[in-house]
Amino acid sequence: MRSDFDKRAERLPLKVVDSVRTASANKVQGRFQAIASVFAEYDSARRQAAATKEYVLDNLADLLVELEASCLKNGVQVHWAEDAEQANRLILGIVSRAAPSALVVKGKSMATEEIGLNERLIQEGHQVVETDLGEFVVQLDDDVPSHIVTPIIHKDRTDVKRTFESHGLSPRSDEPEELAAVARARLREEFRRADVGISGVNFAVASSGRLVIVENEGNNRLSTTAPRVHIAVMGLEKVLPCDTDLALFLRLLAASSTGQRLTVYTHLVCGPRRPDEPDGPEEVHLVLLDNGRSKILNGALREILKCLRCGACLNVCPVYRQASGHTYRHTYSGPLGAVLAPGLDGVHSHGALAFASTLCGACQEVCPVDIPIPELLLKIRAEVGATPAAPWPVWAWFAQRSARWRMALKALPMVEPLARPWTEHREWPEPSGVDFRRWWDQRP
Amino acid sequence: MRVQLALTCLVDGLRGSTGVSMVRVLEHVGCEVVFDKRQTCCGQPAFNAGDWTSSGRVASAFVDCFDRDLPIVVPSGSCAAMMREGFRMLGLGAGLRVFELAQFLMNEVGVEKWRPVSRSRMVVLHSGCHGRMLGSMDSLERLLALVPNLTVVTPETSEQCCGFGGTFSMSHPSTSKGIGIEKLYRLKATGASEVVSTDWGCLLHLEGLARREGIGLKFNHVADVLAEAFE
Repeated sequence: MRSDFDKRAERLPLKVVDSVRTASANKVQGRFQAIASVFAEYDSARRQAAATKEYVLDNLADLLVELEASCLKNGVQVHWAEDAEQANRLILGIVSRAAPSALVVKGKSMATEEIGLNERLIQEGHQVVETDLGEFVVQLDDDVPSHIVTPIIHKDRTDVKRTFESHGLSPRSDEPEELAAVARARLREEFRRADVGISGVNFAVASSGRLVIVENEGNNRLSTTAPRVHIAVMGLEKVLPCDTDLALFLRLLAASSTGQRLTVYTHLVCGPRRPDEPDGPEEVHLVLLDNGRSKILNGALREILKCLRCGACLNVCPVYRQASGHTYRHTYSGPLGAVLAPGLDGVHSHGALAFASTLCGACQEVCPVDIPIPELLLKIRAEVGATPAAPWPVWAWFAQRSARWRMALKALPMVEPLARPWTEHREWPEPSGVDFRRWWDQRP
Repeated sequence: MRVQLALTCLVDGLRGSTGVSMVRVLEHVGCEVVFDKRQTCCGQPAFNAGDWTSSGRVASAFVDCFDRDLPIVVPSGSCAAMMREGFRMLGLGAGLRVFELAQFLMNEVGVEKWRPVSRSRMVVLHSGCHGRMLGSMDSLERLLALVPNLTVVTPETSEQCCGFGGTFSMSHPSTSKGIGIEKLYRLKATGASEVVSTDWGCLLHLEGLARREGIGLKFNHVADVLAEAFE
């Protein structure tokens, strides 16, 4: 009866829970203030964004073909990857052509986490350096991100200092500025020497072929411009119809994810260096990753493909805040992950995540594109089925007739031993003593 | 106005006095209360647990006990949300007019004043999450603000769930507890010693935790607080 998720969550050190709670509460507050200051009419902005995403899903195939044509016109080479294996092989091919044992610098990208790209590149003799500060720490720790936007939300600065020290970096203090300066000095050298830069994509515009990448640290700018080759990896659903859509989506994403009016950097990648330009990559590649997305598009969980990966639903989720991201054991955690993980990999491998929710609805409330996450979780639950299954038909037998139901309710105190998961942490509720039905029958 | 009372399992089995309070409160605002004794459970536990076949059987027997033309008033936001959203997903009960008590009093009846309750005191509100689905997150606060001798406070991060989640509290007991303890400390920090909510689900979970942990708080349903005015 008790889930493995709950057992994993219980083993988390209190310090991790505190760290996640504090950071996510701050992010919830930041989002709230940003939305109030950026949008005069937030509800209609949100409705428009949801409608645009609906349009994208309705016309996904056409928009992707249009995106490919626009990219080719811009000199960007486009590759289609059906699954993780194909994507990894494609990317390996490009990297190996750039240099037999290449130095690869990476901007933050959940799509490459999803396909396990780093391990593959390293196996094949390439060197990979994560350049987002959080991802850099994750890589030093030989860990995985615990949040899609804030990869080390589970750590505080003393933890980061310790990680740095155990890898020969010697910050003088655990002040954030000092930690950033130490990482910056190390990474600057890597950018200078790198052969290939790999990034994610936040939005790709079908009509213009612009690849849009947002960030706050400048590491993506260096990853995508300093090396000779830039490879951008994006999930199919990130396409938007027109450049003008960006005015809304850039602000919605920044406000929802980091509580900003806009991120510090917004890159519009329009192709490789042109002959009259002083710098920039010689080759730009776009890898369009399916990896289960077209299966989701044609199924009951379709709406999860509207997701912008802002992370607002993680920050506000009581379960995520208590359990942290690693407990989900998937690249995507929180309410988004509880839908996307079973969607991408099948309900039989990650369907249990859909049960790790109180269905409180806070996720849908903060979602910038109004994805009905609780409803999608319920659909997954129905597909997985109840575990254990046995009690529910018995329950239904009693609950279909009021006479049987009365008997069952009277016997409720006797089932207390069956309710051990409840009574392990809570006192058993005592009946109040008044029987409503008797009172109703006896009133004059 | 004639209204139908949907009792809910928790009131039926454990908190009968809240059913009595529901009738008194509804009659006080001029409603004639209808109660169909054939009713059992709305089917929510099995629905949330993923057994929609069992849930659908119970839910359709439940729907048969109600008249589509009369409003249904429920002492639980969670059951009310099931009767609206859950029944829609099960393909049942389209057109049922379902309201949680506080929402019904504020939005349908338009209550503007209430009598003083028996004991003048401060209470802290716990807004059940299902108000989100019913579009009535603030009706409990607006309603209790009408009671002359109640001082009503809300905790910090009042919109956060208490961690009950029905079957979630059994399948994820430790996570549920962690969320609940955080909520209890927020409630306690207001200085109030009595928690009022629209849902016995949330309240029994919080009460069970508070008693186990020795956190001194009392837990009360909004119907019982309102009915004190007639004692």
